[in-house]
Amino acid sequence: MVPGVSRGAARAEKQGKSGTMTRAASRTWNEIKTPKRSAIPEGLWLRCPGCSRMIYRRQMEANLHVCPECNHHFRIGAVERIRQLTDPGSFQPMFRGLEPTDPLGFRDLKTYADRLRIEQEKTGQVDAVQAGSGFIKGREAMVCCLDLTFMMGSMGSVVGETITRTIETATERNLPLIIVSCSGGARMQESGLSLMQMAKTSAALARHDNAGGLFISVLTDPTTGGVTASFAMLGDVILAEPGALIGFAGPRVIQQTIRQELPDGFQRSEFLLKSGLVDRVVARAELRSEVARIIDYSGK
Amino acid sequence: MSYLDFEKPLVELERQIEAATAARDGVHGTPPGVALDLGTRVQLDDPDALRAKYRETLASIYAGLGPWETVRVARVPTRPQTRDYIKLICRDFAELHGDRRYGDDPALVTGFARIGSIKCLIVGHQKGRDTQERIACHFGCAHPEGYRKALAKMKMAEKFGLPIVTLVDTPGAYPGLGAEQRGQAEAIAVNMLEMSRLRVPIVSVVIGEGGSGGALGIAVADRVAMMQFAWYSVISPEGCAAILWKQANEQTNAQAARALKLTASDNIELGIVDDVIEEPLGAAHRAPAEAAANLEKWITSTLLNLKDVDRDVLVDRRYQRFRRLGAYVDKSGQFNGLVPDQDLPK
Repeated sequence: MVPGVSRGAARAEKQGKSGTMTRAASRTWNEIKTPKRSAIPEGLWLRCPGCSRMIYRRQMEANLHVCPECNHHFRIGAVERIRQLTDPGSFQPMFRGLEPTDPLGFRDLKTYADRLRIEQEKTGQVDAVQAGSGFIKGREAMVCCLDLTFMMGSMGSVVGETITRTIETATERNLPLIIVSCSGGARMQESGLSLMQMAKTSAALARHDNAGGLFISVLTDPTTGGVTASFAMLGDVILAEPGALIGFAGPRVIQQTIRQELPDGFQRSEFLLKSGLVDRVVARAELRSEVARIIDYSGK
Repeated sequence: MSYLDFEKPLVELERQIEAATAARDGVHGTPPGVALDLGTRVQLDDPDALRAKYRETLASIYAGLGPWETVRVARVPTRPQTRDYIKLICRDFAELHGDRRYGDDPALVTGFARIGSIKCLIVGHQKGRDTQERIACHFGCAHPEGYRKALAKMKMAEKFGLPIVTLVDTPGAYPGLGAEQRGQAEAIAVNMLEMSRLRVPIVSVVIGEGGSGGALGIAVADRVAMMQFAWYSVISPEGCAAILWKQANEQTNAQAARALKLTASDNIELGIVDDVIEEPLGAAHRAPAEAAANLEKWITSTLLNLKDVDRDVLVDRRYQRFRRLGAYVDKSGQFNGLVPDQDLPK
């Protein structure tokens, strides 16, 4: 789970609304006089959940969706991620014929079939993943990105199958494999079949490893549950974006279990780095060159 | 004997049997044929007839068990656990402790054992029997060091060509500060990756609870079975209800249990498990020895079948076993749906 602040902001961002227009506690350049609230086109400004300053959306977007004031990394979708990561025009989408179904006839307050339809209409995507081949600073690679905007990036059969096919293709073609994770975990609505995607992707990575393949796992905010507990933590090299929430259990579940306050920064990238669980914390602006450098060192 | 709420008709029957037996045999100085007044009218039935009725009622209750009731049977405190089964089916068990890195997690038991004539490595979750053991075992929720211990011993088994038997019984891997800091997710992920390529036969049985990644972390196997009243799913019914129904209570838990398709027969249908191991009348806790005998039979016959399979073929088949799991529509041609008559989302 995500702390209320960033979740609220992410939602505001997604819906194209600016944050609440109360005055910032710290006064900086954003003190410049602004016209009446109603006169501001929606979404032109937003409040950064990192530093609480009002920032200009276009400036933030031009800065790879990173706050120009405090370096807070906003969440981005798979399409934007691929655009940032791969050389312009080099990305070739693959495995696009895979579409989700409702194998269990799952129904909670809504049916899974309805949820899928709503999410597909909302996002214009078929499921929570984009994959294909592309070049990163001139180095060819198989790339797979989870998409948080679709059902919290949860992994069901389509996500698991797409990742597995991406891994298998990387193994066959002896290409470096890069998977960018952001996910709430396994998708409950496909129950046991979602769970099995953890074993399936991990087994595919075992073969990639047997073949001497390189896998760079990039963890972004948030990466939790069954995604963390399978392919995401199996990278030869694991990179994490600054401040990302990364863990097995969500903070709320842990808090309910142990009944005490969680320490500041618990389960954030920097905490994982200190705990020896990731190799490097890499700012978004450096990600391309870091990935390229690791590919070079691996000789792939 | 303590009873679950849906077993209520049995409580009265048991009382009647006791009273009838007492009446027939005479206890506490009461002459035979005279019933003790136990507060209500006592029928002077034949105890054997009552016992037959008890068995019939028990059978009919368990024949109509819903998914949520199944979950509750799987959690009965007296249900046999890994250490019970080890006592019942293994000869000469040599427990092996510790992951050589951090500690020894009592929630995962590992050791050499003989089952029938087969020498093997046994790995299993232990929930704990008395309060003290339960607390030490975190109620069967293993820590990273537990999963790492399991893997270290499994790799050793591979080296010596010993087959591996795993018994799954966990509500889930432990969600705590230390577990996160020591890499719970990494430990489970590495186990799945490594188990998929171990060059010895692996068989797994969900003996009680198969809770999510914590279960799968020792269940990537050539053959997977479930005890008849075990459950296996991506999340517990309560966890699912709390998230999707926004509240966990008896009603939503039951709805979630139904939706999750977590029973043995559901998991067979989804292709997730290969076999169901029958439990005695009224579930394993009523006759542990009988449950253990069925379990032993499945383990030995399955391992016998896998014994002579070429190692490359074995590992490849294990890969394919998990590779094909999932349900999706492939617009480029084939449909991999396991339930093809479902309405597809537009």
